[in-house]
Amino acid sequence: MSDPSNHHHHDDHDHSDNNLSEMDLRVRALESLMVEKGYVDAGAIDAIVETYETKIGPRNGAAVVAKAWSDPAFRDWLLRDATAAIASLGSTGRQGEHMVAVENTAEEHNLVVCTLCSCYPWSVLGLPPTWYKSPPYRSRAVIDPRGVLAEFGLNLPPSTRIRVWDSTAELRYLVIPRRPEGAEDLSESALAALVTRDSMIGVGLARRPSEISK
Amino acid sequence: MNGAQDLGGMMGFGPIAREPEDRRFHADWEKRAMGLTIAMGATGSWTIDASRHARESLNPADYLASSYYEIWIKAVERLSVAKGLITRDELRLGKALAAPAPVKRVLRRDEVAAALARGTPCNRPAASPAAFKPGDGVRTRNINPAGHTRLPRYTRAKKGVVERVHAAFVFPDANAHGGGEQPQWVYTVNFSARELWGDAADAEHFVSIDAWESYLERA
Repeated sequence: MSDPSNHHHHDDHDHSDNNLSEMDLRVRALESLMVEKGYVDAGAIDAIVETYETKIGPRNGAAVVAKAWSDPAFRDWLLRDATAAIASLGSTGRQGEHMVAVENTAEEHNLVVCTLCSCYPWSVLGLPPTWYKSPPYRSRAVIDPRGVLAEFGLNLPPSTRIRVWDSTAELRYLVIPRRPEGAEDLSESALAALVTRDSMIGVGLARRPSEISK
Repeated sequence: MNGAQDLGGMMGFGPIAREPEDRRFHADWEKRAMGLTIAMGATGSWTIDASRHARESLNPADYLASSYYEIWIKAVERLSVAKGLITRDELRLGKALAAPAPVKRVLRRDEVAAALARGTPCNRPAASPAAFKPGDGVRTRNINPAGHTRLPRYTRAKKGVVERVHAAFVFPDANAHGGGEQPQWVYTVNFSARELWGDAADAEHFVSIDAWESYLERA
């Protein structure tokens, strides 16, 4: 069913080709077999999907970053013991069991990848975007990070050190982006609105207050 | 294994397809594939390391032509057959032909929130003190196991510096193959891009991996 010549189909956002209709049938058949065998509760699948559609996503991580920007003691705790600091804000569990926070500065920019699979901090960012799991990003992030960043529209000065974190073990990385200028007087919830998913992976910057439509 | 999953440093895959933050899925089958993969993992029939190995064991042409949820589903199919939970005939028909095999547990709807919030921590008590400390120079071993490993090819036989000592973690190279957890210390090891990619690389570019102790020797 797979056509190697069509090796970019997973980047196709329409996903309306026959291959994916085939996947629809294939997954339905597998689910119904597993339910019939009694291995899987279909309601549990519903609940898992619902969790990652409505409860766990990048807003969890944005709250962590906003607090780190606002509260120096929390920032220090986050850098020292990210798992505990993040748990104190209610984000725990699957694919966030062992967290590390890395902070962008004027001198150093952090970028997170998993070259071997799709390791990603689900507890704070939710499900990884497709590009994060796909060969173009996974192959290039470690050898040409500046090229990758440029593709995301981020051109850092050559003097900025780039630090790439390849998530090869069970540690999951959260980038704390730099706090934008003009955000000094904002509340934590207003700050959180500046924090994008991409900035917490390291492929973007936090938005400036002027970029948020009022 | 030196499979298609080990992508670091490869070229020619083309541009990155960015997508908006609120796009969680591209089709309904992706939702079911994600939930089904987690629910089958929760039966305790295989370890996360075995599931990663099943994914990377796809033929490289198949791996590279598949979206990530396709890879997940193909791995669940393979593992379920290999562990005797289903037969190939049942898979083909999407219909049970024989009684189910026993599984350790079945995740129920009302248990999902607690299970996801708990996760599956992989740190374990250490059997011995850590061999390395921050600042130690190390060299990664040149290993090419046929089975599962988490030492990417582009970081083999390279000199780096231990930056952080984490904890003892389940050793995937053993745990993926029924060898038990055999916990080992895990270290963040930092490499210069010049060590990894040669003298033409950017001097202000560093890459780290998290390496189990047996991947490392003193340099």
